[in-house]
Amino acid sequence: MMELLSMGGYGAYVWSCFVLTAIVIAICEWRARARHRQVYRDIEVRVKALGDNG
Amino acid sequence: MWKFIHKLASPPHFYGLAAKIIPWFFLPGLILIFYGLYGGLLLAPPDYQQGDAFRIIYVHVPSAYLSLMAYSIMAISAGIGLIWRLKLAHAVAAAAAPIGAWFTFLALATGSIWGRPMWGTWWEWGDPRLTSELVMLFLYFGYMALRGAIDDTAKADRASAVLALVGAVNVPIIHFSVEWWSSLHQGPTLMKKGGPAMDAAMLYPLLAMILGFTLIFGALLLRRVRTEVLYRERRTRWVRHLVLSSAVEKK
Repeated sequence: MMELLSMGGYGAYVWSCFVLTAIVIAICEWRARARHRQVYRDIEVRVKALGDNG
Repeated sequence: MWKFIHKLASPPHFYGLAAKIIPWFFLPGLILIFYGLYGGLLLAPPDYQQGDAFRIIYVHVPSAYLSLMAYSIMAISAGIGLIWRLKLAHAVAAAAAPIGAWFTFLALATGSIWGRPMWGTWWEWGDPRLTSELVMLFLYFGYMALRGAIDDTAKADRASAVLALVGAVNVPIIHFSVEWWSSLHQGPTLMKKGGPAMDAAMLYPLLAMILGFTLIFGALLLRRVRTEVLYRERRTRWVRHLVLSSAVEKK
């Protein structure tokens, strides 16, 4: 376990790369979902405001 | 054939289809990445020159490859949108930009962290591979800023498409930079004459990571294109029906 963490002395470099990648991919997914919710909600608000006459 | 493309590209059809396809990209992508992590971090032996630092390759290469892939998709879609006036193509181009920018950032950041122990420096100005990749990050930023600055979607599509196409010159420059000029960056490992120069125990996890990242990218792209389509079609009848009919059951 310690061996895996230390990565032959390169642990800080190796693990920071993997953690950073995981964070960035999570951000991509979260931003894509957030953008969709925002667009959807804006449309929902407008459609309801227009009622049946839109 | 044209009929099929038009049906596929019709916004309501695409919107529904994309929602169904996304999990088929996302889940296999995750499985491949988990296999790649296991194989790359635990099974693969340390490199005889770089020791365990070489393992950064498993996130660096897929990110760098996707940064170029995303730009190519963006430029080609923008070109298709310009020539054939296909709105869906413009939506794809617009959706690819932020994802491409993130993967470019990842390629630069992981490369920089890898460079520190191997080259003794985080960054080298004037190195062709590093600089051309940084230029691509700015091209993505420029593309997004230009889109953001133009309110009219059709105008934004056309103007940003020209920028994307002009910037596409940079893609082959990045790819061949390590062969055309002397660079700190090592030469190609996978796409070289005589096949990949890597042991199978190192190679398979890398291929799994590349394919896994590509599938995740596909899922992200589909999700963003879907949102783009919804936004562009916000005043149409089908979107109105969609929102009204799902107001009860939520989406």
